[in-house]
Amino acid sequence: MASMVQRVDVTPEAADLLRRLTGIHGPLMFHQSGGCCDGSAPMCYLAGEFRTGGQDVRLEELVIDGIPEPIGFWMSASQFAYWEHTRLTIDAVPGRGGGFSLEVSEGMRFHTRSRLFTDEESAELADHPVFVGVTQ
Amino acid sequence: MTVYAAPGQPGSAMTYKSRYDHWIGGQYVAPSSGQYFENITPVTGQVFCEVARGNAADVELALDAAHAAAPSWGHTTVTERSNILLKIADVMEANLTAIAVAETWENGKPIRETLVADIPLAIDHFRYFAGALRAQEGTLGQISDDTVAYHFHEPLGVVAQIIPWNFPILMAVWKLAPALAAGNCVILKPAEQTPVSIHFWMSLVADLLPPGVLNIVNGFGVEAGKPLASSRRIAKVAFTGETTTGRLIMQYAAENIIPVTLELGGKSANIFFEDVAQADDDFYDKALEGFTMFALNQGEVCTCPSRALIESTIYDSFLGDAVARTKKVVQGNPLDINTMIGAQASSEQLEKILSYIDIGKAEGATVLTGGERVDLGGDLSGGFYCAPTVFEGNNAMRIFQEEIFGPVVSVAKFTGFDDAISIANDTLYGLGAGVWSRNGNTAYRAGRAIHAGRVWTNCYHDYSAHAAFGGYKQSGIGRETT
Repeated sequence: MASMVQRVDVTPEAADLLRRLTGIHGPLMFHQSGGCCDGSAPMCYLAGEFRTGGQDVRLEELVIDGIPEPIGFWMSASQFAYWEHTRLTIDAVPGRGGGFSLEVSEGMRFHTRSRLFTDEESAELADHPVFVGVTQ
Repeated sequence: MTVYAAPGQPGSAMTYKSRYDHWIGGQYVAPSSGQYFENITPVTGQVFCEVARGNAADVELALDAAHAAAPSWGHTTVTERSNILLKIADVMEANLTAIAVAETWENGKPIRETLVADIPLAIDHFRYFAGALRAQEGTLGQISDDTVAYHFHEPLGVVAQIIPWNFPILMAVWKLAPALAAGNCVILKPAEQTPVSIHFWMSLVADLLPPGVLNIVNGFGVEAGKPLASSRRIAKVAFTGETTTGRLIMQYAAENIIPVTLELGGKSANIFFEDVAQADDDFYDKALEGFTMFALNQGEVCTCPSRALIESTIYDSFLGDAVARTKKVVQGNPLDINTMIGAQASSEQLEKILSYIDIGKAEGATVLTGGERVDLGGDLSGGFYCAPTVFEGNNAMRIFQEEIFGPVVSVAKFTGFDDAISIANDTLYGLGAGVWSRNGNTAYRAGRAIHAGRVWTNCYHDYSAHAAFGGYKQSGIGRETT
């Protein structure tokens, strides 16, 4: 059974933006970037555009009202080792998305916010390992 | 005090046009969509021009122009190409101040850096590759008395280059100069955060390059960068940026079976061994300056020394001196020659840095100085300024592991050589590092033990041509500047 504790959630603004982008493009996915320039941003792609594999983990399948298919939130496994203790919230703020992320035309961009998991949350998550990915 | 006039103002060294189209086939070409996007200066946060919003059709036009030019450009003599690069360098030198003002206004970095670092280095890279080209030789293998194998250097043809926003002109030149020297034609896609300083540069050197040899297509990543990177009409793609886009570009390159060069950043350690503090002398002063290098270019450098590791025996005194030195970094109008730290390149970047500062505090790291946005008043109030920030914490924290790409250093202590190397290498990346020691053995051994593409010894942020630049581990594939 899935954990009651979410590793990733979205703000109402991000949910609105995801509904808009789904309407324009179809099913979506996220892959959290690292590294320089536009790093540390949640990159939003058409589902399957970014090929996940054995070195990726899916932290969450985001279920959003009005979007038929859950949106996978992915990260490289090596990066997750350093992020595991933080709960992520995907927000949408005014600005321009970076990299090849889809929201660039919408005048808004996705932004990852973080907080530390509580001890209780961490204990529950320990029993629910993340899904190690293969191409969707 | 010297404050350079902003572009277009009375007394300014240069003026930007109000609108920039694509540069394709030796002329300006309007975007096929008819759409433009606004370009903001981070100095004030104001829009100063608009730029073509490119798409796949525009990329195809640029590819047509490049492929038309490639056969003859690839067969010019090395002397001709070398001389063209030298002339480009000469024109840049004659227009140094104008290019420096253009770059500072576009990116927000201090004019003292563009005047003495960014643009002079760009000029030198053209000259270096002009020289390297003349001296380059192929090889020959003798298989038997009557059988030999010749190995020639040949151009690839048409190559794609996707440029980051932290050094818009210098990073373009790092990729352009060797590609042009080798006889390739280029489609260059500047970062959408800094799309036009390269056009100002192009306006100065346009008549030196045959039409179609260098084409500049502007626009957003998914609309212009993706069709370029995934095109079957390119022979190679070079990219500097973050890891997810880097992987996507590799994926597209895999579909076309073409080579890639990727530079994806780092989390570079700057290590201060205890003998640094043996004397309070010029060397010690230089080491303190080396610590503050995390704020160079507002920390928006892939090799930013964003982790400072200090030996436990000197930890308190050195860190105290280093924080005091950091407080002397002058923040101000980027066009003021006395300014040492300017504006972050975009509001997006500033927000990202501030949210990392929040994460650092939440994880229990201590802010020793800085840690906040800065309001410089007047017109600069709308600009994107962040105070140089020193965090004290441990290497497991996210601020020690992720590239913040801002003027933020995370400091930790180590005990002995092995501990220093172990912490330095405990990162996903391996682009740069710094080692500070008066002992040559320590410095040499550390340089070999650190898994990073470039380790500076008793200096930092030296970007001379003829020294290889590139990463270990997730910092990327390939080498530049050599």
